[in-house]
Amino acid sequence: MIDYQNVCKWYGDFNVLKSCSTHVNKGEVVVVCGPSGSGKSTLIQCANGLTPFQKGTITVDGVSVGDRHTNLPKLRARVGMVFQHFELFPHLTVIANLRLAQEKVLGRDKASATEKGMALLERVGLAAHATKYPGQLSGGQQQRVAIARALAMNPVAMLFDEPTSALDPEMINEVLDVMTSLAADGMTMMVVTHEMGFARRVADRVVFMDAGEIVEDTTTEAFFREPESERARQFLSKILQH
Amino acid sequence: MFHGFDYKAITDNLSYLLIDGLGFTLRLTLMAAIGATALGSLVAVMELSRNRLVSGIAVGYVNLTRALPLLLVIFWFYFLIPWVWQWVTGADRPTPVGAFLSALITFTLFEAAYYAEIVRAGIQSLGRGQMGAAEALGLRYPQVLAYVILPQALRNMLPVLLMQTIILFQDTSLVYVLSITDFLGAASKIANRDFRLIELYSFAAVVYLVISATLSAFVRRLQSRIAIVR
Amino acid sequence: MHYNWNWGILFALSPDGNTPYIDLLLSGLEWTVITGVCAWVLAFILGSIIGVLRTLPSHTAERLGFVYVEFFRGIPLIVQLFVWFFVLPDLLPVEWGSWIKQLRNGPFYTSVIGLAFFTSPRVAEQVRAGIQSLAGGQLRAALAMGLTRPQAYRYVLLPLAYRIILPTLTSEMLNCLKNTSVALTIGLMELTAQTRAMQEFSFQVFEAFSVSTLLYVLLNLAVVAGMRVVERSAAIPGTLAKAR
Ligand SMILES: Nc1ncnc2c1ncn2[C@@H]1O[C@H](COP(=O)(O)OP(=O)(O)OP(=O)(O)O)[C@@H](O)[C@H]1O
Ligand SMILES: [Mg+2]
Repeated sequence: MIDYQNVCKWYGDFNVLKSCSTHVNKGEVVVVCGPSGSGKSTLIQCANGLTPFQKGTITVDGVSVGDRHTNLPKLRARVGMVFQHFELFPHLTVIANLRLAQEKVLGRDKASATEKGMALLERVGLAAHATKYPGQLSGGQQQRVAIARALAMNPVAMLFDEPTSALDPEMINEVLDVMTSLAADGMTMMVVTHEMGFARRVADRVVFMDAGEIVEDTTTEAFFREPESERARQFLSKILQH
Repeated sequence: MFHGFDYKAITDNLSYLLIDGLGFTLRLTLMAAIGATALGSLVAVMELSRNRLVSGIAVGYVNLTRALPLLLVIFWFYFLIPWVWQWVTGADRPTPVGAFLSALITFTLFEAAYYAEIVRAGIQSLGRGQMGAAEALGLRYPQVLAYVILPQALRNMLPVLLMQTIILFQDTSLVYVLSITDFLGAASKIANRDFRLIELYSFAAVVYLVISATLSAFVRRLQSRIAIVR
Repeated sequence: MHYNWNWGILFALSPDGNTPYIDLLLSGLEWTVITGVCAWVLAFILGSIIGVLRTLPSHTAERLGFVYVEFFRGIPLIVQLFVWFFVLPDLLPVEWGSWIKQLRNGPFYTSVIGLAFFTSPRVAEQVRAGIQSLAGGQLRAALAMGLTRPQAYRYVLLPLAYRIILPTLTSEMLNCLKNTSVALTIGLMELTAQTRAMQEFSFQVFEAFSVSTLLYVLLNLAVVAGMRVVERSAAIPGTLAKAR
């Protein structure tokens, strides 16, 4: 579904991604982890062309992202993305947030966009808040709306960039629960997260990054049993101490 | 397009344009900027005073001035200053005070309202901490203002104050309406005398542009330097 | 100091024989408002385009916007008006030039255009600052949903940016209205010009200036009150309103 082949990226002289190759199969959940600044956000943002890369290829559902002729808006409409800071549009109500791209990108009419939106709000447990504005919701609720907003586009895959790290601890689980149920429904997911419990329970594979390199790319079970690299071992022991 | 553009209309009158005209403009700008900074600081401090009367007067002054077009104020003072001068000196009829002084008074008083808003924002951005710390040292209120608050506020606001000074520099061109020989006045006098409107007004535009753009480039550099120091 | 006040002069007839002076001032106010509003609308559109240009990833677009801003901000309004009024018609082909010169209300059109170009870089800088204050997150989120860049600006960035800069836009709008007075130098009979006319004919300087001062203050208050209403209706429940 998502396929990275020797992807390289520089910011000026700074090599952010060093020949990264990995893949996410259809229906698979891949967790990406690694220390801060290792390039996780960059890697995931390359997948829908939000960040350009200089070398290598990425194909999403058979479409090459780096190709100049690729219609990026069209590609992005098929890949959902959820951000660390939610990025709901504060001037639109919750339901209008869900409708915007359905109407402007997919050309759905208002009635069916609303219907689809309400169904998804129901699913994330927020149907009662449809007419509120994002600023009137808690962080956890906002992030669930953001997930519903991405799902409204009927994406073939979902990208999550640290969806819970801006949340207060008591709100983390409500978001992880939604993600878990998505995974159970067979959604293809690529998730940057430090929630190792979630990774262990839900992920099929774990990708560990450090300093722009993919250091480890194995099954979840293998990663938690015995990481191959020293760096991954150190990272795990640090993060699991908490 | 520039067929028949008569450069000589400019070059022949360069000393009149630059020394008499631009000299007047620059002197007026500089002195009014200094005056307006001083008066503006005073007004800003008054605005923040706990005394209702004092702050009321200052706020009223700022709001009234900012509601009026500069041109109207220029005319106001043009007619008002002779009367006030008569009152001050006890002369028996209103006496004109001279173009430069009249313009200087007008611009100082008018721009002070704008500088005051900038200085006030500068003071308020310092927060209560500095005030408290200085008072804790036993300084009296005027000393706190003079040695602690105002120097910081003015320094932090330096780029904005300079931007306002560029506006002041451009605004001085409005003394044209009083037939004063500032830079624009000089250009316009030659333009009309020699029928060289295109040459002289283009030249005026270019000179104003070069000076303003240079100053604004300087302000941008200053801003990025300050941003790094912080 | 003994100035002879005579407020009755306001209702005395002006030299044209059938309009009282107060009506002259009011007609001046009308031109001030019409010119200011037309110029503002144009400046708002131009400024928004240039402001957006300055936030695009293209270096050329950014540069272009920068040059525009520096240019129209670097020349005093009165000089810009002189260039539009005296210089430009002579640079155009002869027929166009004379057509322009014979235009009825020529000073009005020239003032609107001159004032709009003078005001637009100030609007542009505000719009740019507004968009940049959103950082990259909102744009990225909009693009990630498949919106094109123009759509992202139209539906997300601009509606937010305008809300953020509303207070500064109000003061630019007031400046635009006040600046119409400079157009008296090219013959627009707006409020300050009519005040001068009244003073010259009636010799009652301070009555004329007091009344027009009052009219300008009232105009300011009206605009501020109007913008309050706009601000309140544009406030977003739960967010920006709180930050204000
Ligand atoms: N626009 C940019 N210009 C220059 N360097 C950048 C830019 N964006 C990111 N970087 C650098 O690229 C590296 C990778 O950034 P990235 O955001 O992908 O890290 P990350 O693994 O997501 O970190 P975090 O856990 O903090 O989110 C960092 O060192 C960062 O400083
Ligand atoms: Mg990141």
